[in-house]
Amino acid sequence: MEVRVANVRKEFDRFPALHDVSLDIKSGELIALLGPSGSGKTTLLRLIAGLEKPTRGKIYFGDEDASQRTIQERNVGFVFQHYALFRHMTVADNIGFGLKVRPGATRPPKAEIRRRASELLDLVQLSGLEKRYPTQLSGGQRQRVALARAMAIEPRVLLLDEPFGALDAQVRRELRRWLREIHDATGHTTIFVTHDQEEALELADRVVVMSQGRIEQIGTADEVYDTPNSPFVYGFIGESSSLPVKVEDGQIWVADRPIGLATPDAPNGKATLYFRPHDIELLDGCNGCIAGTVAASRRVAGTRRVELEIGGGRQLVEIELPIEHPAAQKSRIAFRPRRWKVFPAQDS
Amino acid sequence: MTTAPAEAGWRFRQPSVIPGFGVTLGFSLTYLTLIILIPLSGLVWHTAALGWADFWAIATDRRTIKALQVSFGTAFVAAAVNVVFGTLVAWVLVRYRFPGRRILDAMVDLPFALPTAVAGIALTSLYAPKGWVGSLLAPLGIKVAYTPLGIVIALIFVGLPFVVRTVQPIIEEIDREVEEAAATLGANRFQTISRVLLPGLTPAIVTGFALAFARGVGEYGSVIFIAGNLPYVSEIAPLLIVIRLEEFHYAAATGIATIMLAISFLMLLVINLIQSWSRKRYG
Ligand SMILES: Nc1ncnc2c1ncn2[C@@H]1O[C@H](COP(=O)(O)OP(=O)(O)OP(=O)(O)O)[C@@H](O)[C@H]1O
Ligand SMILES: [Mg+2]
Repeated sequence: MEVRVANVRKEFDRFPALHDVSLDIKSGELIALLGPSGSGKTTLLRLIAGLEKPTRGKIYFGDEDASQRTIQERNVGFVFQHYALFRHMTVADNIGFGLKVRPGATRPPKAEIRRRASELLDLVQLSGLEKRYPTQLSGGQRQRVALARAMAIEPRVLLLDEPFGALDAQVRRELRRWLREIHDATGHTTIFVTHDQEEALELADRVVVMSQGRIEQIGTADEVYDTPNSPFVYGFIGESSSLPVKVEDGQIWVADRPIGLATPDAPNGKATLYFRPHDIELLDGCNGCIAGTVAASRRVAGTRRVELEIGGGRQLVEIELPIEHPAAQKSRIAFRPRRWKVFPAQDS
Repeated sequence: MTTAPAEAGWRFRQPSVIPGFGVTLGFSLTYLTLIILIPLSGLVWHTAALGWADFWAIATDRRTIKALQVSFGTAFVAAAVNVVFGTLVAWVLVRYRFPGRRILDAMVDLPFALPTAVAGIALTSLYAPKGWVGSLLAPLGIKVAYTPLGIVIALIFVGLPFVVRTVQPIIEEIDREVEEAAATLGANRFQTISRVLLPGLTPAIVTGFALAFARGVGEYGSVIFIAGNLPYVSEIAPLLIVIRLEEFHYAAATGIATIMLAISFLMLLVINLIQSWSRKRYG
């Protein structure tokens, strides 16, 4: 089922949690909503589910205006961050709940419901735990029961709010791979919320980067990583270094020297240069480069992070060097970013 | 919670590693012995002075049986009514914000604080055939004061806070997300309440019922004014005990008291067993 979010705004007592958000999701896509805490991810997910009403704007399921439908009729599977399982029901009853509450005509017979429940338990790899109560399960198992429960109603859209938020790193990685497999097997249109960028980049077909109630960028993992379209996305996804620069006639200047990077389309004036610390080339002579003295050097896993003081020690930038690279010991290093972007300085 | 329930038998529950088990257990046992066990065994001791034949005569006396029926019957009905409306009141107090909510919340405790005799007199004057409410009901042929119905009303009054105050905190704890989960799965409001919310509240409701019921069985002050105290009709067991005492028939009084004690204890025990059984299942 395609989902279209059209110019949606959501206010809580005048506080705008979402400003004018638009998003098109293709049928069968696996989408990640990624952003820092408070950026409105949960709010957007709840609006799609019908658990909140938009202040303005509309949400469409296919061609149909979803706001005409109650939560019950929307037929979405929602997996809550804290599972929200029914404590007094067994695992099997939890999973069968959505089928049991259907009106008489569409309700499958009891045996069929039981069969569906155990089928789904197989799918989420919890066969044999039908009779357990939620308190008798581990966090990861509960999460999987919650997912099975949401899938039991054959939802048109599957919505997951930080599905692995409360689990440890090991389990998270396992469940991540497993969720991808399930998605590929069932083909549900799926939207999941996370603030773990690794999870979003690895798992999703497309990533929606959010900040302060707005969508900053929508794109594949490659797109948001390689061509971030805003300083926020540059800073939020992956490592980044930034340096205040000046643009003059299509040339980038640091302090009083051009650094050999051309940006024909950027307007003149103050700007900020962004690049990835590892995506640089070291230079011997400095004929158009960024040069600085080593202020600090740290060993980080397989590489060395070097902090450089640029232009008289007022600006610090970080670059990454191979461990055995001789430049790491030098007190003065010259480099030029290979891939980079300038954004006009924000007046704030 | 992962141990197999099959091996659970009669044994001490494993105390946690946090110290204090020995001290607190010792203190609790001593305290309970002093406050509850000694007075109660005194009661049984006195009854024993009767001898079996006399005791049996008292126990099977029609007036005693009637009084016990009235006491336990009215207490049961009142507690059942309180379960329904007390839960509703608790729900409204927790879920809705309306002007006067705090006043209503405070009012729930009034039956605790009011001397029961005052409550009894007030209710009697309301429900007496000439009273405000009684005069409205009289044309319909409904008599409240001086009948078991009057007793039920007095017991509803004194029992309400027990249900409200035990259920209220549990309603406050209900996770909003659980309700939302039920709705996204297609459950309508009625299904959400009956299948998801009420089962979670049941242990608290049962406790509230037990407390209201126990209170109702022992209630004296508020009942004797409105009951009319007709033997075989609206005479409650506690009153019969007082009557026997006034006749200096101490053994008979303690005999009736012992029977009440035994029945109450049995019922509370059963309720507790139900509770711990359900707790074992849902944790
Ligand atoms: N029910 C509510 N009433 C008032 N404000 C709310 C409500 N729900 C969310 N907000 C506000 O809306 C903003 C976005 O909240 P939201 O829960 O969508 O963030 P989030 O991106 O999911 O954050 P997190 O990663 O911490 O879960 C926050 O500033 C929050 O305080
Ligand atoms: Mg959230």
